[in-house]
Amino acid sequence: MPQFTDLLFYALAGLTLLFGFLTVLNPLSRSPVTSAMFLVLTIISMAGLFVLLHAFFLAAVQVLVYAGAVMVVFLFVIMLLDLKEDERRHFNKVAVGLGGLSALAIAGSLVASVVKSVPVSATAGRMAEGDTKALGRLLFESHVLPFEILSVLLLVAMVGAILITKKDLR
Amino acid sequence: MTPGLHHYLIVSALLFSLGLLGVVARRNLFVIFMGLELMLNAANLALVAFSRYHNNLNGQVMVFFIITVAAAEVAVGLALLVALYRKRQTAHVEDLTSLKL
Repeated sequence: MPQFTDLLFYALAGLTLLFGFLTVLNPLSRSPVTSAMFLVLTIISMAGLFVLLHAFFLAAVQVLVYAGAVMVVFLFVIMLLDLKEDERRHFNKVAVGLGGLSALAIAGSLVASVVKSVPVSATAGRMAEGDTKALGRLLFESHVLPFEILSVLLLVAMVGAILITKKDLR
Repeated sequence: MTPGLHHYLIVSALLFSLGLLGVVARRNLFVIFMGLELMLNAANLALVAFSRYHNNLNGQVMVFFIITVAAAEVAVGLALLVALYRKRQTAHVEDLTSLKL
């Protein structure tokens, strides 16, 4: 009798892969807006996988930062630029064929190496709980320097984005 | 069958290849960018799975940093796309061949 969480894993993994595929090669629509909406769904089902891995804080961050902030910026820019002309173009058959081939090759080699090297008994032993308190302690005690550098990086990105999109650079 | 570490790693590997497919096969710069995001997310999934099954929270801290850096990357990347669109009125890689001999 399979447990409910096991079924949940298979459902969420399937949904993640399905939505991921519809993000990159949707047979019904070439519009980047559709791709962006499917990317949001991919990210949300991935947050479900994070919950199954007991990484509750990261699941929340994934939904808030990725599905919330990042994808809103994406949609905002796509709609700002009004890319009507792109939708009339068809997929490049050669590119899709060669891209599919290379993606299959990468997938095959990655899956083969995972199957070969990860012991099936890897479920044994104690497992880390994605305890938010422990994570915060780790973040603000042993990783405080990268954390502060990251805030500077965000500031640099913000200034850079404003500067790059300015109309006349001088 | 109870999902273990290798199940998560296989999902992550497949998601990574889907992102690669988007980067290689599509010609729209926005979709290429979304393919990059998919690849980053696949790496995140692998890190969280390793963190859980090796009982080490450092993996989750790394994912937290990756998400933040990805947000910064998206901001700058989209700014570049806006600047490009302003100059060339296109977001399609086949129209951007001025470096070609």
